Amino acid sequence: MAVEPIIGTEVEYGIAVQRDPEFNPVTASGIVVNSYHGGRARIRWSYDDETPGRDARGFTVSTYPVDETDSGLVNAVLTNGARLYVDHAHPEYSTPECVDPLEATLHDKAGEWVMREAAEASRSMFEDGAGIVLHKNNSDGKGNSYGAHENYLVSRGVPFGQIVSHMTAFFVSRQILTGTGKIGAENGRQEASYQITQRADFFEEEIGLETTLKRPIINTRDEPHADSSRYRRLHVINADASRSEVQTLVKLGAASILLMAIEDEQVNDAIRLEDPVAAMQLVSRDLTGKVGLTCTDGQRRSAIDLQWHYFAIAEDYVAGNTLAPAYKRVIAEWRDLLEDFEKGWQYVRDRLDWAAKLALIEGYRRRDGLDWSDGKLSAVGLQFHDVDPAKGLYDRLMAAGAMRRLFEPQEIERAMHTPPEGTRAWFRGESLRRYPDAVVSANWDSLVFDTGESTLVRLPMIEPRRGSRNLVEDLFDQSPDAATLLELIGASDE
Amino acid sequence: MSDRERKQRRDVEETTEDVEAPAARGEEVVEKIDDLLDEIDTVLEENAEEFVKNYVQKGGE
Repeated sequence: MAVEPIIGTEVEYGIAVQRDPEFNPVTASGIVVNSYHGGRARIRWSYDDETPGRDARGFTVSTYPVDETDSGLVNAVLTNGARLYVDHAHPEYSTPECVDPLEATLHDKAGEWVMREAAEASRSMFEDGAGIVLHKNNSDGKGNSYGAHENYLVSRGVPFGQIVSHMTAFFVSRQILTGTGKIGAENGRQEASYQITQRADFFEEEIGLETTLKRPIINTRDEPHADSSRYRRLHVINADASRSEVQTLVKLGAASILLMAIEDEQVNDAIRLEDPVAAMQLVSRDLTGKVGLTCTDGQRRSAIDLQWHYFAIAEDYVAGNTLAPAYKRVIAEWRDLLEDFEKGWQYVRDRLDWAAKLALIEGYRRRDGLDWSDGKLSAVGLQFHDVDPAKGLYDRLMAAGAMRRLFEPQEIERAMHTPPEGTRAWFRGESLRRYPDAVVSANWDSLVFDTGESTLVRLPMIEPRRGSRNLVEDLFDQSPDAATLLELIGASDE
Repeated sequence: MSDRERKQRRDVEETTEDVEAPAARGEEVVEKIDDLLDEIDTVLEENAEEFVKNYVQKGGE
């Protein structure tokens, strides 16, 4: 039976400085990262083991650039095991490694709150009434997109060709559940008053290694940050950065279940779309989910049809296997969303960002008689994503009880500071919390300690489930300092 | 806080109590969201339309 995937997300936040639109976004992003006062260490990120040019199709692009602005200098590793840093011209949050989709959803949400706190803390650097505004979104509406990536660590034994065959139509159709909504079209694509996703317009290929141009539906980056003989990481770039907790749960959970079902050969007869890239844009523009997409077997299936197809596979898989309880919740929420969306988008406005945003925009259109091109609607559309709870319209809806929540505020607060217990993230976070001065650099699969000896000690962590709380808490409790911890780990290895 | 804001806040609180199971009551949620528009007008970004016009991001990923 397949092992449940380790899950994480990476989100680049949109950034703007009030009253100063020309403010350098790289500088502003650095200010955000360096302003965060929560549990963190400003340490170097080590790139020694990073190979973003490694391709799942079996070759390596040796010239793949490591971005100069991301030199590891503006980088923080948090006591919850997450990474907060500057990527290109955006502040980015990578969650720690999580053991199930509910935990990953919680940590994705904690990332929003970290960004919120960092932006708030940075206000003292600006004149009164100005400051940095951060949006959890994926497009500026003017042709520029930035990513929200999902990571699923699965067995190396899952053939990549199988993933491509089965996941492409799944990814295209799931947009009805993953979109965060956008007025208009970008990247030269067909006009739209409103579309379900921010990202669909930017996808140009079915499969490929790129993430910044000619974006592919299936990304082939094969960089597991773990023992590569045992694991592959599916790096998924085709969805929006959702604020709704239910939406994020279903996004991460549905993909995880399908990957397990593929590994266990429970998915037969792949459905292939005639033109997946064109279908990405069609699905994004169909607010009913019911427009037929041509498949290679000659049938036409709508996004809802396709989602029911994958849902049935997932439901059987969860019923037939013993999995983390979160997966039952994924199935229940996924079913409810599909049943409700069949009645109309108004029925999912309390759980899907794109429908919630559309409800606000339709409200303004009705009340004020505004045209789709009215600047006020664009302003409302953008402010939906603002992470400031006083201004962000998602947060206002949540406060009014119009969006469903999965987590109590104190759970999210805790996740900002406390690592997941079941993975090496616990070791990373606890090392930083207990011995903040002894950790000099970090990577997903290693930590480097300076214990005052003549050499630094690098501790590899290539097995993501080791370093969990139940395996190492005793060692921490016995160790007043990092030197003792390393000694004990060395001893326990013998 | 102005009286208007106070009244809106109270309205929002009352609204919150009403919405128990929005999933099953889509139509009622429509009306609640309409009630929110006045409140949203008070929290929109200063010069919101100008702000969104100037909102240009560098690509990323």
